Amino acid sequence: MTYVDLKDIRVSYDGKNNILKDLNLSIEKGELVSLLGPSGCGKTTTLRVIAGLIEPNDGAFVVDNKNLTRVPVHKRNFGMVFQSYALFPHLTVKENIGFGLKLRKEDKTTMNQKIQDILDVTGLGELGDRYPKQLSGGQRQRVALARALVIEPKLLLLDEPLSNLDAKLRVQMRIEIKRIQQKLGITSVFVTHDQEECFSISDRVAVMNNGVIEQFDKPEEIYNRPKTEFVARFIGFENFINLTKQGEQTYTTSEGHVLKTGHRWEDGKQVATIRPDDIVILPNGAEQRTNVIPGKVVVRTFLGKSYQYEVDTTVGKILVNGSKETAYPSGEELLLYFPEEKLILV
Amino acid sequence: MRKHRGLSIIAMLVFAFLFIPLFIIVVTSFGENPTIQFPIQGFTFDWYVNVFETNSLIESFYLSIQISLLATILALLVGIPAAYALARYSVKGRNIMKSFFLSPAMIPGVVIGYALFQFIVIQLQLPIFQGLLLGHFLISLPYIIRVVGSSLDQLDFSIEEVAWTLGSTRLRAFVRVVLPNIQAGIFASFMLAFINSFNNIPVSQFLSGPGVTALPTSLMNYIEYNYDPTVSALSVLLMVGTVVLMFIIEKTLGLAKIS
Repeated sequence: MTYVDLKDIRVSYDGKNNILKDLNLSIEKGELVSLLGPSGCGKTTTLRVIAGLIEPNDGAFVVDNKNLTRVPVHKRNFGMVFQSYALFPHLTVKENIGFGLKLRKEDKTTMNQKIQDILDVTGLGELGDRYPKQLSGGQRQRVALARALVIEPKLLLLDEPLSNLDAKLRVQMRIEIKRIQQKLGITSVFVTHDQEECFSISDRVAVMNNGVIEQFDKPEEIYNRPKTEFVARFIGFENFINLTKQGEQTYTTSEGHVLKTGHRWEDGKQVATIRPDDIVILPNGAEQRTNVIPGKVVVRTFLGKSYQYEVDTTVGKILVNGSKETAYPSGEELLLYFPEEKLILV
Repeated sequence: MRKHRGLSIIAMLVFAFLFIPLFIIVVTSFGENPTIQFPIQGFTFDWYVNVFETNSLIESFYLSIQISLLATILALLVGIPAAYALARYSVKGRNIMKSFFLSPAMIPGVVIGYALFQFIVIQLQLPIFQGLLLGHFLISLPYIIRVVGSSLDQLDFSIEEVAWTLGSTRLRAFVRVVLPNIQAGIFASFMLAFINSFNNIPVSQFLSGPGVTALPTSLMNYIEYNYDPTVSALSVLLMVGTVVLMFIIEKTLGLAKIS
């Protein structure tokens, strides 16, 4: 059942350019949804609309069947974690966490109990009396999370909360966030530009571009079946081939190569895409057949787990990853095989 | 680092040039002779006693303290919200306003004094005390806006937004979260504005009137008629007061943070 609903949200700062255009998003109770996209795509703006920090020009924002569009931020009871953590520098960890509880006029005993509980949940245990500047980045992150969670918010909003941490800690913290989020069963919206982070943590992902949601799906779906060229490019599909329809599931390239895909043609789609990892390099002299395009290696780069080749073919430059065992020199003629099920139409 | 002799000598000379007149004032304040003299003959604290026995000086000292304190507090009440608005919101013509608020610090004091005289005394015909207060308020405001503004520029306003999400109204978040974190700037701006207002001559000169005279003005009047070391003694007291204030600022905040 839909818990959070954004309906036809439009945001414009100057009245001419829309930051968000008729954005629709439905989130279910207990779900962790990510907003993924490059900078400037509107993901942070969407989060700020949800938080109430930005009032949309048009549209409605509904939580639990209550229209909150015009409800001011301080009456929404949403927890928010900022990219900069935004801890109050003049307060201790406990005072930071207790800030929201104090405003709710909780009595002292309940308040202290709640603070202690959340310190335990977030693994901050003994750090309650420290000031933010005495904490490491990861600890600050936990305090920010604890402060947002202790008010028992209806929604947890996270604005790129991991981008200021180093790589190792980032992985640790995202597992931590997921653990706490599941434990408390709190509906959450997570903003990020990092696809790995986003896929690992989310129940569903909304990929955004230019103020529009391009695709809203489970991470696996988005990874395997991007619906638009933008989404495909954003999540690592590097090769795009223009096609003409031949028969059901059979297409030809401009040069007459026949390509088959396991996917059905939909109106308006005439581009096939495939990840460099999914293309197979056939041994020289292999027989020509469908889904094979010949080409010549232009550049070879070493990626660590494999070699990457830029191959010049009749359908343009194709990026292919090949095994470490064989290193083809530039100038080498290769046959590239595009497996039917890996070739996606966008 | 290699020492450069020539430069060291120049630096010493500049320092001496700045320091010697002050040194002479300090010394003359202890002279027994009733005219200012250097070097002095004899040693006495009489002139310091005389400062406190000269009514015109003591009265104007209290007046100046009153005016400067009130003017600075008023300037804080107006300046902090103004600085906040300038730092927080993209107010139209923000840069122009910023330089405009600085302008009293760049325009020659005499010009400001004269302009305020024209406006406050001739046009508005305010009573002298109120006029003086208004004048000092105006010259204090730029210090407040600038110094508080630079504190605000370094503040991460997401702490304010977080306070909102936790349930604070805007006013409460401002008082509980923003103000405590610009405390140092507020205190520093208060001190700077106060000292500047207290020591200001041109504005006080133009706006003082019968019975209501700021200290710098009485001091100058006094010198005209009695050229005795009382003035030196008072100057020394003012210097000491200023140094103590600056010392407090330096100890509590560090001047480096303010500039």
